[in-house]
Amino acid sequence: MIAGISIYEILTVTSILFFIGVYGFLTRKNLISILMSIELILNASIINFVVINKYLYPDMLQGVVFSIFIIAVAAAETALAVAIIINLYRQIASVEVKDTEIMKY
Amino acid sequence: MDITYTILIPLIPLAVFLLLGIFSQKIKPAVSGLIGVVGLSTSTLLSFYTAYQYFFVHGKINGVYQAIVQKTTWMNFTDNLHIDMGVLIDPISVMMLIVVSIVSLMVHIYSIGYMKGDDGFTRFFSFLSLFSFSMFGLVLATNLFQIYIFWELVGVSSYLLIGYYYTIPSAVSAGKKAFIVTRFADLGFLIGILIIGYYTGTYDFETLNNPEGAAILNWTSTSFMGLSVLTWALILIFIGGAGKSAMFPLHIWLPDAMEGPTPVSALIHAATMVVAGVYLVARLFPMYYFVEDGFALNIVAYVGGFSSLFAAIIAITQTDIKRVLAFSTMSQLGYMMMALGVSGYNGHEGVGYMASMFHLFTHAMFKALLFLGAGSVIHAVHSNYLKDMGGLRKYMPITNATFLIAALAISGVFPLSGFWSKDEILVAAFEHNMLLYVVGVFVAGLTAFYMFRIYFGIFWGKDTQYKHAPHESPLSMTIPLIVLALITIFSGFIHFSEFIAPDRIGFEAHLNYPLAAIATAVGLTGIVLSYIFYKKENDLADKFANAFGVFYKWTYNKFYFDEIYLFVTKKIIFNLIAAPIAKFDKKIVDATMEGIGNKTVVISKRIKGMQSGKVQDYAFSFIAGTVILAIVFIYLWTN
Repeated sequence: MIAGISIYEILTVTSILFFIGVYGFLTRKNLISILMSIELILNASIINFVVINKYLYPDMLQGVVFSIFIIAVAAAETALAVAIIINLYRQIASVEVKDTEIMKY
Repeated sequence: MDITYTILIPLIPLAVFLLLGIFSQKIKPAVSGLIGVVGLSTSTLLSFYTAYQYFFVHGKINGVYQAIVQKTTWMNFTDNLHIDMGVLIDPISVMMLIVVSIVSLMVHIYSIGYMKGDDGFTRFFSFLSLFSFSMFGLVLATNLFQIYIFWELVGVSSYLLIGYYYTIPSAVSAGKKAFIVTRFADLGFLIGILIIGYYTGTYDFETLNNPEGAAILNWTSTSFMGLSVLTWALILIFIGGAGKSAMFPLHIWLPDAMEGPTPVSALIHAATMVVAGVYLVARLFPMYYFVEDGFALNIVAYVGGFSSLFAAIIAITQTDIKRVLAFSTMSQLGYMMMALGVSGYNGHEGVGYMASMFHLFTHAMFKALLFLGAGSVIHAVHSNYLKDMGGLRKYMPITNATFLIAALAISGVFPLSGFWSKDEILVAAFEHNMLLYVVGVFVAGLTAFYMFRIYFGIFWGKDTQYKHAPHESPLSMTIPLIVLALITIFSGFIHFSEFIAPDRIGFEAHLNYPLAAIATAVGLTGIVLSYIFYKKENDLADKFANAFGVFYKWTYNKFYFDEIYLFVTKKIIFNLIAAPIAKFDKKIVDATMEGIGNKTVVISKRIKGMQSGKVQDYAFSFIAGTVILAIVFIYLWTN
């Protein structure tokens, strides 16, 4: 609980954060940047978990625990994604999204 | 009388067929010939044992030959209607066992010499065994369905053997022709069987043939277009029989079937398979006789009589000796059908039936002998045509003697077997139908004439100069000739009438001297005419041919029946029926299916572009979808 700041303001911030992530995901040309945008989306949701837990159910811990899980999963996912990108780079010597089109049908 | 062992008679050739067929590449020709002969010898011995047991020991109870049946239910349709498999032993089936086994054994032995050095030697013997199996099975069948199964099996083996030289196009097409024509006839047979099954509720020969049985007594209860339904069924079954027995107008396959190796012609197209039609009518004889007072039987008689005359006329003009023999076979089969057609049922009235079976027996022997003799000649001069032969008596004494015996027998000369059986046929015809009797006597004269025409043509006539001096065939070929010649000489003295009669009681048959004298006189006239025409090379025959002019040409071309069939099938059936059906199939049925397939391909090609391979496009679709769904749900919830 932060004095003077209501849940609405924080949720507004996380929503903005989320849509920045979506925007980045759709517009970035580089695979690494896309990965970073995904992290933004994830972070927005993590903050939501924590905030809702703290503001609405202060005597419970599920939201906080979930956020730790999400951080762990996100780390694993990022490692995997980076590994894929490195392999892709070895194949086509590029991490540009437009160069990965050869994998269609 | 326990008849379980008779099942071995067909099963041994089947085993031989499987053995030779499966290991055809591994078995040496000499061995495979031996296996075939040994297998069939066993069947022959068993057949003789069966005949002895049946005719002389156990068969007769209270003066009547019993039909002994052993069977097991194979397919159960309803409580009443079921199809059995089994063996039926009665006078005609035992007689047929003897015929089939003797001729088949002789042909097996003969083939060892005739087919020597042929690439497909083992294949040939395996097919021969398959045929023997099917024919034995046909003979022993207990019901219409079983006979139909084996009926088709002999058809298949005949097809395989006619097309044995599969590299020669004419042999291949002859095989196809035989199969298709008989198949067409078998359609009638099948419909007949189904009608009988539907209206009488049984396929069993013994039940159907019982003169006091429901099948025969109730024939009036149903009718269709003025005739009893059962009469229609019997006519349809006769169509099947006519196809197999090469009766007019389904005879066109038989002359072409001569493309097969000569032993095959002797076995299948002279002695055994082609008599299956006669056997079938004889098998159902009580039904033919009693239903509609023998209406169907009259058809059998007239078709037989006409076929015999028709074929005898054509046989006179043919120059291929095997084709002459083929038409002769057709003519003699017509004789048998005619004899069945004019037969009565009780006691001496059944002389036609007896004569038919008697002639079947003697004809099988001497016609097989004629074919094997012709094969021996063909083996020596490597040609089927009379023009390449002549004066062969000096080179081939055994073939000459045996061929002469067979030719005399088929001409009805005393005391050879043909004399006795032909006499009985003419007696039967004389007693029941004057017209058919006259036809029969005329055909007897024609038979003697054309048979001696080829006899003189082959063994006398002009002194042809041969490039390689022809020589007598090896022992394996002459021994069967001699055996069959002996049978031909002596089998006439068997008192057939005591063993075989429609009521199975048997009767005392006497030689009818005036009729026998007339027949013999006519036969001798034919021989003498032939002697004048063909003994020495002269131009009498050509002069006569020219005198007959158009008629000769027609006969030489077999009255253009092949051409008529071709016209009907190619011009009429193909163009008017088959072509529209094919068009319908292509333009409507196929087009619908193909259209659906093609449209799917076109649509999928169009929408394939949506799958761009750009991750962000997919993500955009996903997010856009989510947003739209969210808006929809919010809208629904708030209202």
